[in-house]
Amino acid sequence: MDISTQTTDAPPPTPQPGIAEQKRNARGATRAGDRVFLGLSRGSGILLLVIMAAIAVFLTYRAALAISRDHGNFLTTFEWNTNVIPPTFGVAVLAFGTIVSSIIAMAIAVPIAVAIALFITHYAPRRMAGPVAYVIDLLAAVPSIVYGLWGALVLVPHMTGLFGWLDDFFGWTGIFSWDGGAPRSMLTVGILLAIMILPVITNVSREVFRQVPQMHEEAALALGATRWEVVRMAVLPFGRSGVISASMLGLGRALGETMAVATVLSPDFDIHASLLNPGGGTFAQNIASKFSEATADGRDALIASGLVLFVITLLVNGAARIIIQRRAEYSGANA
Amino acid sequence: MSTAAVAGKRTSTLQGASLPKWSPYAIVGGSIVLGVAIGLAAGLDSKVQWGLIAGLLYVFGTYGIAARVEGSRQAKDRVATSLVWVAFVIAVVPLVSLIWVTISRGVKVLDVYFLTHSMGVVADSQPGGGAYAAIIGSLEQVGLATLIGAPIGILTAVYLVEYGRGRLAKSVTFFVDVMTGIPSIVAGLFILSIMLIFNMEPFGFAGSLALAILMMPVVVRSTEEMLKLVPNELREASLALGVPKWRTILKVVLPTSIGGITTGVMLAVARIAGETAPVLLLVFGNPFINNNPFEGAQSSLPLFIYQQYANSAGANAAYDRAWAASLTLIAFVMILNLVARGIARWKAPKTGR
Repeated sequence: MDISTQTTDAPPPTPQPGIAEQKRNARGATRAGDRVFLGLSRGSGILLLVIMAAIAVFLTYRAALAISRDHGNFLTTFEWNTNVIPPTFGVAVLAFGTIVSSIIAMAIAVPIAVAIALFITHYAPRRMAGPVAYVIDLLAAVPSIVYGLWGALVLVPHMTGLFGWLDDFFGWTGIFSWDGGAPRSMLTVGILLAIMILPVITNVSREVFRQVPQMHEEAALALGATRWEVVRMAVLPFGRSGVISASMLGLGRALGETMAVATVLSPDFDIHASLLNPGGGTFAQNIASKFSEATADGRDALIASGLVLFVITLLVNGAARIIIQRRAEYSGANA
Repeated sequence: MSTAAVAGKRTSTLQGASLPKWSPYAIVGGSIVLGVAIGLAAGLDSKVQWGLIAGLLYVFGTYGIAARVEGSRQAKDRVATSLVWVAFVIAVVPLVSLIWVTISRGVKVLDVYFLTHSMGVVADSQPGGGAYAAIIGSLEQVGLATLIGAPIGILTAVYLVEYGRGRLAKSVTFFVDVMTGIPSIVAGLFILSIMLIFNMEPFGFAGSLALAILMMPVVVRSTEEMLKLVPNELREASLALGVPKWRTILKVVLPTSIGGITTGVMLAVARIAGETAPVLLLVFGNPFINNNPFEGAQSSLPLFIYQQYANSAGANAAYDRAWAASLTLIAFVMILNLVARGIARWKAPKTGR
């Protein structure tokens, strides 16, 4: 009896004066607090947009200064001579090197990354899939400068065998001719970049392959398809746009990678047909290696080349995101 | 032909002939033995070539045998399976090599002396010296970057999840995605272009600003995912009790997802701790100890690794220091990763009813 009265009876409400006034205060406080909090959080969002805009504006401003002083043609000159007056420089070699190294990286990384994503989602024994995904995440966590150091001191010496073999059998193409120099070339850079972008492509592709409707796969299996036929007819078609955007995210990474290229490549300012002989350069690598010796004008020139890199990565990433978003809407309609 | 018939009789007439379960392992063993034998016989000295020969033998062997016994569709399936496994092995090789080399060469000079002394007047080609100044610089720059980047990132995520409707939210989402892909060197050049206008000398905080820019989108992304996991019932319960929205967010939504948010922030910290390019442009490097991030050049661990590698002209002492600093950096990043994952698992929000 005692207990029940204790638990059921609420303490008598103490009469408080001016309830209406209190309510008004509470509402006022609510509004003020909400307004401040909304302002702060919306402000942060707007700040992010402002930063993006500021990056574009400031880079363009310094780049315009540099290009107006450029004695050569900014797009076609094969020279980077910024510490003399008048300076002469152009980004043709850098654009070529950046694109070539990224293409090599993509050609190696995309098939392997897709295969690993398939391995994790469809092939690996269930107990193994988790640890494998974890190992791939570890690959992503290693800082790029450590990749660079490893590439320069471990990967480069190991490339001589492969380079000799490529030269023996494919040297006649010109692309794979090698005159025996240190293998600090575009191909080595491309291989190192491939290792670095592998986790990016794998992780996104993995997520897409996970979303393949179970029904599609089971239907294929019920019709007697082998596992490979299931993958080819149900998984890959569903995941195609996801793999494309994953590859473009990886491409964005490869285009902007700085330190790994700066440590491995032995650069020069020319375009070479051979991927095996040292030479060439990329936007990011050129900025990192020329920066310490650059004068004020030279730094503006480097900023100008950075602007080109910024625009390229912006386009690549933007396109990748748009593809992903379109796909998300599509799969949302499906579910 | 005859093998297929025999195998078919042994099992059932409804099932096609199939290879025994142990056959892939047998083919692996056989191709490795053959690969080594061919390698030895032809006098190839590179182990990589032996591996390649064994790998090719395995793929073609599998296809040939399976095509003979099981038919071409099954053979293709087996080849695809083996290629997927090969891809996995290929990805593991560089990681193992990298971890192994970093540890085995890093421990050479990594000791208390290395962690508590700086380069000072020690020439880059000489043994001795250490990474103390670099570690201090890294901690200060990354700490300041986190103080700037994490709150802005978390608030932006709160805006996108709790308030965001309409065009502004859409464009913020899009540009956060695009911002994730900004090369680190471009963030560095952005701060540099501002410094050039005001004629400023390199200092630590400039590096922090660039790192904060790189950190924000990562924090926004991960926090957003975590906030979306908070069940709507919790928000509704709180609002129904008359709690204002901002207090609901502060007292209900954020505490529920705090584990995931911490994880995201720590992963972002781990990412910017390894960034070299912006630090190279903005902080410049300094062999002496400089505890003040707001004035004068500083060093940082990734920059220390690069400068030991680049300025040493191949001196072994400098390479040893570079590896030791790499090991320190990797250890720091990996510990952050492991702790972050631990927190994520420990504090995972309980969804479900």
